[in-house]
Amino acid sequence: MTVQTLTPTHRPGSVLRETWIVFNRAMRLSLRNPMWSILMLSQPLMYLFLFGPLLKPITAQISQGATTNAYQVFIPGLIVQLGMFGAMFVGFGLIAEYRAGVIEADRVTPASRIALMAGRVLRDVVVLVVQSILLLVVSIPMGLRAPWDGVLLSLVIVALLGATFASLSYSVALITKSEDALAPLLNGIAMPLLLLSGILLPMQIGPTWLQRLSDISPLKHVVNGVRALFRGDIGSSASLWGLFWVVLLTVIGLAVGARTFRKESA
Amino acid sequence: MMIEARGLVRTFKTKRGPVQAVQGVDLNVADGEIVGFLGPNGAGKTTTMRMLATLIKPTSGTATVAGCDLAKDPVGVRRRIGYVPQSGSTLPEAIAGDEVVDHARLYGVDKKRAIADGRRLFEELDLPGLWRRQCKTLSGGQRRRLDIVMGLIHDPKLIFLDEPTTGLDPQARANLWEHIRGLRERGATIFLTTHYLDEADALCDRILVIDHGRIVAAGKPEELKQQVSGDGVRLSLGDAENAPAVTKIVEELPGAVAVETDGDVVGFRIPKGGSVLPSLLRTIDAQGIELNGVEVHRPTLDDVFLTMTGRSLRDDSETPAEAQKEAAA
Ligand SMILES: Nc1ncnc2c1ncn2[C@@H]1O[C@H](COP(=O)(O)OP(=O)(O)O)[C@@H](O)[C@H]1O
Ligand SMILES: [Mg+2]
Repeated sequence: MTVQTLTPTHRPGSVLRETWIVFNRAMRLSLRNPMWSILMLSQPLMYLFLFGPLLKPITAQISQGATTNAYQVFIPGLIVQLGMFGAMFVGFGLIAEYRAGVIEADRVTPASRIALMAGRVLRDVVVLVVQSILLLVVSIPMGLRAPWDGVLLSLVIVALLGATFASLSYSVALITKSEDALAPLLNGIAMPLLLLSGILLPMQIGPTWLQRLSDISPLKHVVNGVRALFRGDIGSSASLWGLFWVVLLTVIGLAVGARTFRKESA
Repeated sequence: MMIEARGLVRTFKTKRGPVQAVQGVDLNVADGEIVGFLGPNGAGKTTTMRMLATLIKPTSGTATVAGCDLAKDPVGVRRRIGYVPQSGSTLPEAIAGDEVVDHARLYGVDKKRAIADGRRLFEELDLPGLWRRQCKTLSGGQRRRLDIVMGLIHDPKLIFLDEPTTGLDPQARANLWEHIRGLRERGATIFLTTHYLDEADALCDRILVIDHGRIVAAGKPEELKQQVSGDGVRLSLGDAENAPAVTKIVEELPGAVAVETDGDVVGFRIPKGGSVLPSLLRTIDAQGIELNGVEVHRPTLDDVFLTMTGRSLRDDSETPAEAQKEAAA
């Protein structure tokens, strides 16, 4: 299978070009839908205004006294959550494309199967990063203070996380080919991931077994890493572990996605 | 040879057990031919075509398509073929022209050329002024023609068309047939599926009749019809009581086969039906039996199908023209 996509007809240059074509098409379609654009802008703001006041009082507990700026704790959680949920449900769009025959039309072209996925994932990543930046900008007047290098690195983490969840979501969508199968599956995964990540509630207030369970959730380490970056502890072990986990997740996510797109049942 | 397939088999795994969609298909398509795959719904036409277009892998069998080995060089096959699927290829929310241009660019066609070729195809396929329209605002027939533009945009030398005229009105069908003949004139080879008898008859140089995943007959439409023994004759009697007597007379005719009685109608097949009729009518008249009507028809592809499979293709398929006639009647 690998041989097939790496035949001389597929130089790396052509894969990039094809990715760009697929990305452009996907982006154009996203921007054409006004409802979607509005939701895209309002979602992070809603998080900020509705969750913010709730989380402020427990800041000290979450950060174990490492900081007094609530937003240094709160915003990292929000952008990680955004990276996860914003990308998790993109599979629904792919099922719509599949039903319309677009995926089959794509697959009958000589374009690299990886480009067909990568172009769509790239669109999702760009959307997420724009949402995250918007969220950061709005939080500044509300009191967010964080070093720019840490924030930049955090945006990279959000982008990688988005790429991971988007390609996994596309994989599951292509395998199930049905909204009815995808919806409960995604919801079933999303809820525990979110709770165990310690984004909404600090794990320290839970029993020991719950804390141990959350320790094996990579997302918790990613959130802790981004929080460290927002405090400016770029070289700290927390931020390095966060980076390690997000890179590992990305490699796994993209590999699974690429495999599914290459497989004939796709 | 543009397509050469040997022993193509495809089995689908389903919850209710394996489905043998294609059970050993051999086929050859020469350069510049229009070949039609004729068969009822579920015969395996789409599955065979999707295998040849690299969309699904054969369970077994081999094929060379447009000079490339299907298994070893699927990318080579994809470069050289155009494929128009049975059920759409554009997103409802997308702009028609955008979908066409993006599709062309995935074949390596540059943007300027894709726009020029796309607009020209829009004119040729009777889609003027629809370039900037959202796909979902097009009529069924227009969307079908848009699918065809998508399949032709990179000027492929081999074109697969899966039921290209389904959903088109008679005018649009005739128009598309002309266009398909025009493609052949410019050197393209066309492999299409259809369950319309008249389409296979009028458009195709050669027909492969498929049923239950197997090719049951192959040849030029005329040759196939000649294989069916003789013309069909139908005698309508005023009175069903006379049917046994008439059947007896008919059975004594040299060369008469497939004698069947249905109420007051006696049907059979006989070579040169027109020339045996006068003496037959005299014999019936001499016995004092009255006839309400007589019909003689040249063998059709439906007769071919009936002879090969024992079933009629018309059972599940009417041409749009016929459907309209009936609606008007
Ligand atoms: N993806 C699939 N999964 C399971 N069965 C399938 C699939 N595709 C086709 N079939 C079955 O294979 C048979 C042939 O289908 P198809 O090739 O679409 O026929 P046709 O195009 O001649 O109408 C049918 O019985 C159909 O139900
Ligand atoms: Mg079909």
